[in-house]
Amino acid sequence: MSTGIVSYGAYVPPTRLSLASLAGRPPQEGGPEKAVAWFDEDAVTLGVAAAVECLRGFDRASVDGVVFASTTTPFREKQTAALLAKVLDLRRDVRTTDLGGSLRAGTRALETAADAVAAGSARRVLVVASDCRLAAPGSPLERGFGDGAAAFLVGGSDAIATFEGWHALADEIVDVWRGPRDRFVHGWEERFVVQESYVPRTVEAVRGLLERLGVAAGDLTRAALQGPDARSHGSVARSLGLAKEQLQDPLFGRLGNAGAAFAPLLLAAALDAARPGDRLLVASHGDGAEAFALAATEHVEKLEPRRGVAWHLARRRTVPSYDHYRKARGLEAGEWERGTDSGLSATIHFRERDEDLSLIGQRCRRCGSVQFPKQRVCETCFAKDDFEPARLSDRSGRVVTYTLDHFFPTPEPPTVVTITEIDGARVHLQLVNVRPEDVRTGMAVEPVFRRIHETGGRPNYYWKARPLPEDAQA
Amino acid sequence: MRDKVAIVGVGCCQFGENWDQSPSDMIVDATYEAYADAGIDDPQDRIDAVFTGSIYSNKGPHECSDALKLWKPVTMVSNYCATGTDAFRCAAMSIAAGVYETVLVVGYDKPKDRGVAGPSVVMNQVRDLPMTPAGWFALCAATYFEKYGAGREDLARIAVKNHHNGTLAPKSFLKREISVEDALGARMISWPFGLYDCAAQTDGAAAAILTRAENARSFRDDPVLVKAVTVFAGPNPQKDPGNDFLSWKPTAHAAKEAYRQAGIENPMEEIDVAQLHDCFTLTELLSYEDLGFCRKGAAREHVAAGTFELDGELPVNTDGGLKSFGHPTGATGVRMVYENVLQLQGRAGERQVADASLALSHNIGGHPTACGIVILGRA
Repeated sequence: MSTGIVSYGAYVPPTRLSLASLAGRPPQEGGPEKAVAWFDEDAVTLGVAAAVECLRGFDRASVDGVVFASTTTPFREKQTAALLAKVLDLRRDVRTTDLGGSLRAGTRALETAADAVAAGSARRVLVVASDCRLAAPGSPLERGFGDGAAAFLVGGSDAIATFEGWHALADEIVDVWRGPRDRFVHGWEERFVVQESYVPRTVEAVRGLLERLGVAAGDLTRAALQGPDARSHGSVARSLGLAKEQLQDPLFGRLGNAGAAFAPLLLAAALDAARPGDRLLVASHGDGAEAFALAATEHVEKLEPRRGVAWHLARRRTVPSYDHYRKARGLEAGEWERGTDSGLSATIHFRERDEDLSLIGQRCRRCGSVQFPKQRVCETCFAKDDFEPARLSDRSGRVVTYTLDHFFPTPEPPTVVTITEIDGARVHLQLVNVRPEDVRTGMAVEPVFRRIHETGGRPNYYWKARPLPEDAQA
Repeated sequence: MRDKVAIVGVGCCQFGENWDQSPSDMIVDATYEAYADAGIDDPQDRIDAVFTGSIYSNKGPHECSDALKLWKPVTMVSNYCATGTDAFRCAAMSIAAGVYETVLVVGYDKPKDRGVAGPSVVMNQVRDLPMTPAGWFALCAATYFEKYGAGREDLARIAVKNHHNGTLAPKSFLKREISVEDALGARMISWPFGLYDCAAQTDGAAAAILTRAENARSFRDDPVLVKAVTVFAGPNPQKDPGNDFLSWKPTAHAAKEAYRQAGIENPMEEIDVAQLHDCFTLTELLSYEDLGFCRKGAAREHVAAGTFELDGELPVNTDGGLKSFGHPTGATGVRMVYENVLQLQGRAGERQVADASLALSHNIGGHPTACGIVILGRA
């Protein structure tokens, strides 16, 4: 039995900001761009999307632990991994951990999970790395940052790629940071960061790993190296003597530096193309650096095809202008309200968290009809208290009817509002990732987890729907 | 219920953006008009109880009794936009049951004190979103248009009619004719509703005085009798697994019961004038069908033929309706009773429907999850 990755998933927001827009020019189709989370997305929702993809076809009850890695969790005090476990409807006795603070959090999470599985304290651990970092508008860092998430199911059997070894080193340096009162990430002079931190530490970590494994750089099938930009990424590759075809495309100009999710996303992209026997290396950097290697197994070809990194990168919508982006990310005062400090009841949320977070309805044991939300008396046959839970979040549905609400406050009106039928239950859901003129009754859709509003001064999450991708339609 | 209860006085304040009036001011205006209409100059002696309704008030029943200094049994009713009709129903039942001799009904609301132009979006639950009333009521559009071929032009004609009728009602808020082109070109609120498809939210109060039918002529010679009154609840259309989004169930349920009470077999032929709940133009269109004025899917032909215009076969919303008379939530059902009483007594001026002897008012509330219907007739 060897520990490895059993399944994986990725999510890249379909909204792309052309780098030309950052310079005040019209968006350049086909030019460099970065993936940006939209107004109803954050590290949590991106992470959920990747995790749902990762768990597709796997028994959710088999997950013993969740490790969530991010530098942009929405709460300073309040765990995101526990929220994820609820959203994904995992077992109650799941062990949950948040890892943050460093851009190495994603790879740290993978080793933590691998250790737990190897030690026998968990059979399967879900690792979710997700980041939505903000740099100050107009700053050089802003150009480089992108948003995304990757998820991995780490287990001891049926791995598609097994872990071969790890090497890590810690380093204290003030290169890139975000203080307790900072909204934006700051960096010291770029040349200092690259010359004294990123390049030497990454090279040191990779060399250390190769020595430990007794492997030459030339033996690697693919190396997924995190980096702040294309030039310094190239410096590391050259120092290590890696050939161009060995390098996993770092996606600069397409994805952007996705923070703690960057190396995990590159690993997911490498797994998309991996074949049995391939040897993969992943390196990440932040307050030190680390590297690990994996060997792809015969299971890699048996894994059900999934929405990988390339799949997500192919589905894109260009943000019309930098102003649109600023409004959506709350970087300027917009007309739409993000919600006030009063109103939202934590006790109502507590009672309704099965519905709000897990999108769980109920099936009447007497008449079989499925309803949402849960209620005491059957909507159809009036039976009392005779229901079993029905999870709707992983099912597809169809639009029964809709309207385009121009009145509802949002940075990008109109809001598409639907009544969607999922397994016979009618659910009132907003529809996203669709052009209003393309909405039709009968349209096939799937639930997606999003920030619904900020009433109460904190993010509130619920589900929306998006058109079912053509390749997922039966 | 039929013919047991009479209306002997009605009153209505000027509807509109009544910036300089408090709820009490409007309650007093409407009620004292109703007192005068009933020939009551000693309300302390003549009014036995008060039934009141408001959505936006947070002062409870005392707001009405304090305004009028009526220290009597006061009941406050709440049923969304059907509140006014529900207060009327409770008042009528109290008379029919023989509990009181004469009672006052007052519906009122003051939405223009809230600082927002549209309806409030109150959120205290995570799922409390995700839309506005225009969005709730627009949910029948995609399905209905698809099935019956109707479109925004049909809705626009209803807006044009109600704007026209509003110009003829002295106490209406909007007194402005519009064209079909105006309606189609207005800014979008929630597809397919443009600005003119939406009712005007206003301040206002309306009142009625009810007494036992046998005593009615001691107040006035031309009392109006309650032929039917009912308020039905229906499933939330948004989660009802059996909803086809072609009609609103509460209306169909309430209509059946109201027609049974009143002994009406053919509403189109028997009813002379009707006030329907036109919170949005499509709501009025669907109600023609849900009330049995015409078969499902046929409303469009009747709109084109002018059936429901002032000089048509069954004039609807003779005072401009919620659309242009205004929609102070709790007042609306009582305002409809006010208009129907004027019509039945031949006091509706330029908008008078000739020889009206049976009048219906239809008032829905919630998503909609409630419908109230009152049928009145000449004594």
